[in-house]
Amino acid sequence: MSTQVATCPECAADVPFEGDVLLHEIVQCPECGVELEVVGLDPIALDLAPEVEEDWGE
Amino acid sequence: MRIGILIGRVRVEEKLLIAEIERRGIDYELIYDNDVVFDLEQGERWRHIDVILERCISHSRALAALAVFERFGIPCVNRLEVGRLCGDKILTSLALARAGVPQPRVRVAFTPESALRAIEELGYPVVLKPATGSWGRLMARVTDRYTAEAILEHKSTLGGVQHSIFYIQEYVEKPGRDIRAFVVGDETICAIERRSEHWITNTARGGRAANFPVTDELNAICVQAAHAVGGGVLAVDIFESERGLLVNEVNYTMEFRNSIAPTGVDIPARIVDYVVRVAEGDREPLPALSAEVRPC
Repeated sequence: MSTQVATCPECAADVPFEGDVLLHEIVQCPECGVELEVVGLDPIALDLAPEVEEDWGE
Repeated sequence: MRIGILIGRVRVEEKLLIAEIERRGIDYELIYDNDVVFDLEQGERWRHIDVILERCISHSRALAALAVFERFGIPCVNRLEVGRLCGDKILTSLALARAGVPQPRVRVAFTPESALRAIEELGYPVVLKPATGSWGRLMARVTDRYTAEAILEHKSTLGGVQHSIFYIQEYVEKPGRDIRAFVVGDETICAIERRSEHWITNTARGGRAANFPVTDELNAICVQAAHAVGGGVLAVDIFESERGLLVNEVNYTMEFRNSIAPTGVDIPARIVDYVVRVAEGDREPLPALSAEVRPC
């Protein structure tokens, strides 16, 4: 399985991805713990995930 | 067959559902709520989709999109009406009451003064909840009059108008856990217990999940609750009390990542089974919504 690496926009750490990556996927930075959103795929680009809104949930 | 997956954030749940759909070789289309634009007079644009699987993280966007897709004649999981009822605790409680489903006692009031009267009539402690909200956010366990006055004043002064719709629920003493059961159609497919030292047991707030056996009693109340809000794919939160099982909430865009391993049930596969059945036109009627309204 191929591994891709993107950069955390908060702390500049490497964020590894294995297997399929989906647009708008949410991941956590392994170093600073911030939530990140995949905003581009080729190459993988990350941005800080949006803050929780009042109407979010199940 | 082509499944439209209405999606906001791609979380573990969405990845599992997509993987299951791909494993079966079913066509699908991801419809991102950030990107989509609906022309309300052009339903033809979406006619290639046989069923919508709604997985928005935003309740408001989910309702708006479900309204559009249902108006365009595309079946949705879950239905708009189910989302409307489950997304508002007042409407959920009314639907449960109408169907005779046991639940904690609830009062609704619109001013701090009337809310305080309702709280004191129920007796301390009570739980104040936003009518719309999830993950245990902004819930308050109110233990005495001074706390009640402070919280009611803060909500009415600092919150938006929706925070002055006071949903007041009897506090149910739990045996250190509550139960979350997953209903698909007419069956409770599995359940977990959520344990926490905190009175809020949501796994999103650190509650620990373990398998909970689906008894006949649990299955019956959960299916009854699911049908009360219109049926479909639902997560029913249950309290064990001296009065027996009580339905606390019903969730219509359920999270299940922490429940697959403990239960051993392939929840995404069961959801996709149901979505396929709906696409093929096989769905139960709306039992509660079409039923004659009877006094609570």
